[in-house]
Amino acid sequence: MKVLLRCAAFLTAGLALAIMLYVIIRGIPNITWQLLSTKPSYLRGTIGILPDLLNTLYVVFATLLVVLPLGVGAAVYLTEYATNKRLVYVIEYAAETLSGIPSVIYGLAGMLLFSNRMGTCLMAGVLTLAIMNLPTVMRTTQESLKTVPQSYREGAFGLGAGKWRVVRTVVLPGCIDGVVTGCILSVGRILGESAALLFTAGFAHALNGVIDGLASPGATLTVALYVYAKEQGEFGVAFAIAAILMLLTLAVNALAGLAGKYFRKRSQS
Amino acid sequence: MKKSRMTERIVAGVFLLMGLVTVGCVLLITAYLVASGIPAIRQIGLVDFLFGKEWASTAAEPKYGILPFLLTSIYGTCGALVLGVPVGFLTAVYLSKMASPRVKRTMQSAVGLLAGIPSVVYGLVGMLVLVPAIRKTFGIPDGSGLLAAIVVLAVMILPSVIKMSVTALDAVPKEYEDASLALGATPAETWFRVSVPAAKSGIAASVVLGVGRAIGEAMAVMMVAGNVPNMPHSLFDSVRFLTTAVSSEMSYSSGLQQQALFSIALVLFLFILLINATLNFFLKRGND
Repeated sequence: MKVLLRCAAFLTAGLALAIMLYVIIRGIPNITWQLLSTKPSYLRGTIGILPDLLNTLYVVFATLLVVLPLGVGAAVYLTEYATNKRLVYVIEYAAETLSGIPSVIYGLAGMLLFSNRMGTCLMAGVLTLAIMNLPTVMRTTQESLKTVPQSYREGAFGLGAGKWRVVRTVVLPGCIDGVVTGCILSVGRILGESAALLFTAGFAHALNGVIDGLASPGATLTVALYVYAKEQGEFGVAFAIAAILMLLTLAVNALAGLAGKYFRKRSQS
Repeated sequence: MKKSRMTERIVAGVFLLMGLVTVGCVLLITAYLVASGIPAIRQIGLVDFLFGKEWASTAAEPKYGILPFLLTSIYGTCGALVLGVPVGFLTAVYLSKMASPRVKRTMQSAVGLLAGIPSVVYGLVGMLVLVPAIRKTFGIPDGSGLLAAIVVLAVMILPSVIKMSVTALDAVPKEYEDASLALGATPAETWFRVSVPAAKSGIAASVVLGVGRAIGEAMAVMMVAGNVPNMPHSLFDSVRFLTTAVSSEMSYSSGLQQQALFSIALVLFLFILLINATLNFFLKRGND
């Protein structure tokens, strides 16, 4: 029996390692400066992923900008303000439902809700991703709010502070770790997302600034990977993007681990 | 004094609104999916839509039967469970009960890595490693098909199954295991006869979570399943899932064809709601 357990664990670890190494080894040689610093040119027949890199950056930041206030606000409401148990249950059930919806459905819903109104553009993708990541940010913030000791709040109330003041000065500073963890998790998810973006943000490769970029269609790295691999058969470029994504995933995971460790240490001391 | 009370009220209202955003999103998504999914089903007829064996959306006389997609999604998910759950379950038992803390930590970051790999990367690796391997092993002209999709999905559900099972197994009170060991059971007997039954709700939930992941995955499947709307008669048939049926035609569809795609999404959404409800049931039972 123990042998079987070891085999299964070995298989899992082996798969993770094999996929990672395979992608990185096949991808790294294809990453050139030209690939990273130009946009695709039909005239010269070259492919560059700079627009996709920038689009990814825009999408990540814009999504966080939208989702953080909403997620934190919802968490504060649930832990500090809500008095109606049934309402809390409804909100939490809604959040669970949101986190179970697959990304294709988000893509479609985003298309109906946003793209049909504002056109296919990065902003439509951003709003879709914001809904998608809302439960994550909400949950991590909620968890960290629960660790703020009740006595702090009571102390502040005892000194005559109003509810809003308590929330602002005592509660919100205490949820930083949850917000950071939520951010890291969301970034990981946004980087890997493709199905939700395909119909909302499109797959153009134009080079734009932030504002123009958000207002016009564009592909993020994952979408570009899909387009290059499936539709154009450019496997070299696809693997280069895959390797970049893999390194980013590793970085995000490491960051999440570090943040967790740091906050755990701080909360113990 | 009055002014500060006003502020309090406004702030409380703002937070309430933010709390209600999630509910609003769920309602909006549901409303839009239902509203855009119903018309095509009405026009095609529910029975013809769900149990029609042929999907030919661009033919002169278009046919919109989604039975091939339904069956493919069900077979694909079951296949992924058959391959993925045993491996995931045994890995979880190993991690929770047998591994040293250091091995556990390393392994957990490997599992985290598997969870973090974007689905298009799974698709790419599947396309260039798995598909040719299947083609050579079985001597068939094209390796992309149901089997390739099943294998990719099995790997993709591993992290969900492992993470949730480990959490459940870790939560089993140590006294149970100590009692079993004191009665003379071997460690392996204790794990499988005491710990696993005690954690069965959580483990069941992990499987349901895996079902949700598998049935909802689109991009990776799209890259390896061949994407032809066949009935899934054999493991090597080139097939289309519910998810890929939506995404493969969306970009160029219009009229009834597009509405039919929305109807497929509605069917998929109903599946997901059912799965979520099941998941909640198991999780709740685990907490009681």
